[in-house]
Amino acid sequence: MTDNELIWRVAGGSGDGIDSTSQNFAKALMRAGLHVFTHRHYPSRIRGGHTYVEIRAAEHEVKSRGDGYNFLLALGDSFARNPKENAYYGNEETKPLSENLDELREGGIIVYDSGLLDAEDIPNFEERAEENNWHVFDLDLRGLAKEHGREVMRNTAGVGATAALLDMDLEHIEDLMEDAMGGDILEANLTILQESYETVKDEYDFEHDLRVPTGDHDEEQVLLSGSNSIAYGALDEGCRFIAGYPMTPWTDVFTIMSQNLPKFGGISEQVEDEIAAAALAVGASHAGVKSMSGSSGGGFALMSEPLGLAEMTETPVVLVEAMRAGPSTGMPTKPEQGDLEHVLYSSQGDSNRVVFAPGTVGEAYDQTRMAFKMAYDYQIPSIVIFDQKLSGENTNLPASFFDREPNADPGSVLTEEEIAEAAHDESGKFHRFLHETENGVSPRSLPGQKGGRYLATGNEHNQSGHISEDPENRVYQMDRRMQKLDSIREELNEEYETQQTYYGPEDAEYGLITWGSQQGAVEEAVDRLNDAGHSVRSIGVSDMMPFPEQEMTEFLESVEEALVVEMNATAQFRGLTQKELGLYGDKMTSLLKYNGNPFEPGEVVKGFEAQIDDSTENLATGTRIEPAAGD
Amino acid sequence: MSAFNAIGEERDIERDEFTPGIEPQPTWCPGCGDFGVLKALKQALPEVGRTPEEVLTVTGIGCSGKLNSYLETYGFHTIHGRSLPVARAAKLANPGVEVIAAGGDGDGYGIGGNHFVHTARENHDMTYIVFNNEIFGLTKGQTSPTSPKGHKSKTQPSGSAKTPIRPLSQSLTSGASYIARTAAVNPNQAKEIIMEAIEHDGFAHIDFLTQCPTWNKDAKQYVPYIDIQENDEYDFDIHDRREASEMMYKAEDALYEGEVLTGRFYVDDERPSYQEEKRAIGEMPEEPLAERYFDDDYEWERSADLIDRHK
Repeated sequence: MTDNELIWRVAGGSGDGIDSTSQNFAKALMRAGLHVFTHRHYPSRIRGGHTYVEIRAAEHEVKSRGDGYNFLLALGDSFARNPKENAYYGNEETKPLSENLDELREGGIIVYDSGLLDAEDIPNFEERAEENNWHVFDLDLRGLAKEHGREVMRNTAGVGATAALLDMDLEHIEDLMEDAMGGDILEANLTILQESYETVKDEYDFEHDLRVPTGDHDEEQVLLSGSNSIAYGALDEGCRFIAGYPMTPWTDVFTIMSQNLPKFGGISEQVEDEIAAAALAVGASHAGVKSMSGSSGGGFALMSEPLGLAEMTETPVVLVEAMRAGPSTGMPTKPEQGDLEHVLYSSQGDSNRVVFAPGTVGEAYDQTRMAFKMAYDYQIPSIVIFDQKLSGENTNLPASFFDREPNADPGSVLTEEEIAEAAHDESGKFHRFLHETENGVSPRSLPGQKGGRYLATGNEHNQSGHISEDPENRVYQMDRRMQKLDSIREELNEEYETQQTYYGPEDAEYGLITWGSQQGAVEEAVDRLNDAGHSVRSIGVSDMMPFPEQEMTEFLESVEEALVVEMNATAQFRGLTQKELGLYGDKMTSLLKYNGNPFEPGEVVKGFEAQIDDSTENLATGTRIEPAAGD
Repeated sequence: MSAFNAIGEERDIERDEFTPGIEPQPTWCPGCGDFGVLKALKQALPEVGRTPEEVLTVTGIGCSGKLNSYLETYGFHTIHGRSLPVARAAKLANPGVEVIAAGGDGDGYGIGGNHFVHTARENHDMTYIVFNNEIFGLTKGQTSPTSPKGHKSKTQPSGSAKTPIRPLSQSLTSGASYIARTAAVNPNQAKEIIMEAIEHDGFAHIDFLTQCPTWNKDAKQYVPYIDIQENDEYDFDIHDRREASEMMYKAEDALYEGEVLTGRFYVDDERPSYQEEKRAIGEMPEEPLAERYFDDDYEWERSADLIDRHK
């Protein structure tokens, strides 16, 4: 737990502008010199329904959402669907206040819009406030907004009140407003911001201690999400073609690419379905353009055939899979890590693909670039698997992080001069699929090149691409294709810094293992556990395929026991580890969560304690221990 | 300098060039209509001045999918029903490549129906040949989307309860800008229609009647056929949607009554191709994208150029 941190939660209804309000506030905090991290919780609805965004801000680096939070701005749900308390979805009108109380820390602050919310509608509100020593401010934010502008500007009034209560300068907030709007709307918003700020300062006595933390960045920062950095990684690696179909949460990457590709002379195609989307990416790549597609679980299911085609024809392509809670439509706006096996094995036959699972916004950029590099050098599909959490979480990185050299190298493609030197069969067909190669890669030609004609086919084929069911050729081709994964593993081990992220003392007694987006929460748990006298180290694994056998073996050998933390019900990553290593089943206990909310660091701490104490009594709600094999 | 010198190459082209030097044993049955498509293509391509290496033939799965095994061009034998999305992306990536997609009636009108509708709608500049034999051949004679109502097969033992699809009408409503039907038994017309389809700037759809002597013995051999352009009885304006639509409806019904009406059904030379539309809104570069990766002087844009908005 950090001593001096702000975790500000702004709650309202979907469509109330919670997202944009929080984005601007997070940016203002970043510009003021703080590190920020956002967590977004929203329903699968356009209008109405409880939604909130949490912004955690501190002087030092923030890697995760916190445990609970300490400042609530409850704006009210202006699209509340059914105000009846006994209705199926509960009393939506009061949810921005009632739904958030359980996680508000002791001594926390509540600002609620008395123009929309009545605390008397909330059972035992006063008693709870007193018990928890909450500082409650009921402000008619709606009235204030109406008076100086329009009702929808009550978000601005709420931000003004927040700033006043936290002793926060309005400068950065005003700058951001000026960037985003103009004319009467800007004027009205600025007035409302200041009025609200002054009113709170003048009319209320503060007893709370919480103030905005202060900090200072060494260099200029940028605020962006995992989806942004995946898109930027793709662009910097020379990706100039994307095809997609909308699906939450993948749509974010697709949108960012579609908005930027035309500026970079690239092409974006929104198509009829995900089968087409992946097939288009394969088609464009076959013709020589670095290409990508992607979806979330359901859409990715439709891509399994084109994915297999890419494996068989050795067409490079990058797919991204933004996981959400399944099965089927599941919970469209909630994170889960339930698609790992889906992504590893979808499509008929032995799977032959690269899969990376970045753990942070920064890793999302680097690993997307690596996914492209491997795809195009080795003519193999690469998949970047992430989830709704990483997709929508915003955090700050130094602007210089993105000051990189682009790499548009199309990989193992020949020029016409090189084709002329290469092997051909008697009919003049280019030997596109050689039996003998150094690392499994047989260079390709592109349609329109002289001397390079061949047949690409999803059938098994001989060296020039003709369909062949000859047993000897079959084994040659299969072995060569499979060899590429070994070559990739070797290159990753030898040529690059590891993509796994280690945290904590090297000689630790216990291990925490996680993959993908839970890395930050796990690392914060490592700090807390070590502070509490335990000896813990974590590994955040990103290489799902080819599996980092050596690193995982070393890690598991180095600890006495390990807790594997993942957001699914069947311990998929633990299963993969056991399958790949054939050992350590008795060493790995799982901590699982699949209720639609990502782990908080404290929940990981409690899971660890439960394992050590061999008692699940104090386990956090919504988490579950899956004993080690044999237990 | 181009990295794709087969494109736009000016030279004499022999018909033989489209026949593979080592011809794989054809898997088509003797008397199969698919030979007719192959032959017509081999005749048409040199006449429109295309060389084997500037053509990409993209096929689906089925007997028809083997077309590019026997036609010497760049080939992509894809998966069942998906030739069109692969083909149209290749065209967007390198518009200089002559893209011809092909598949059967099950492939194009059944499993790939969604792609057929949308590729026609978007009017991609390419040719699509559907080998229509009114049957699933490669899987041994099941009822297909174009099989007549009442068609009996092992999977439809009581006869199909479904009326067949109307491929020409569907193509028209979807947005194709060149629509024709020809038959394997009419090689001269087939060659000419293929030439027109290749030269057409937009989505050219050819419903190519290919008799299946093995699994569809009951069906006619598509003789005698009538060329609607040559027959006074069928006077209509191929540029007029309504007249074309009526003619298509008539031809689709007639086929199941034993009258084979072939020829051009609709031609729209005015409608811009998808590539032109996309360029007009600034979402497709003028130069072929595929060339850029070979241009050593190209200064690749960077995400750093976009980063200011995040400050």
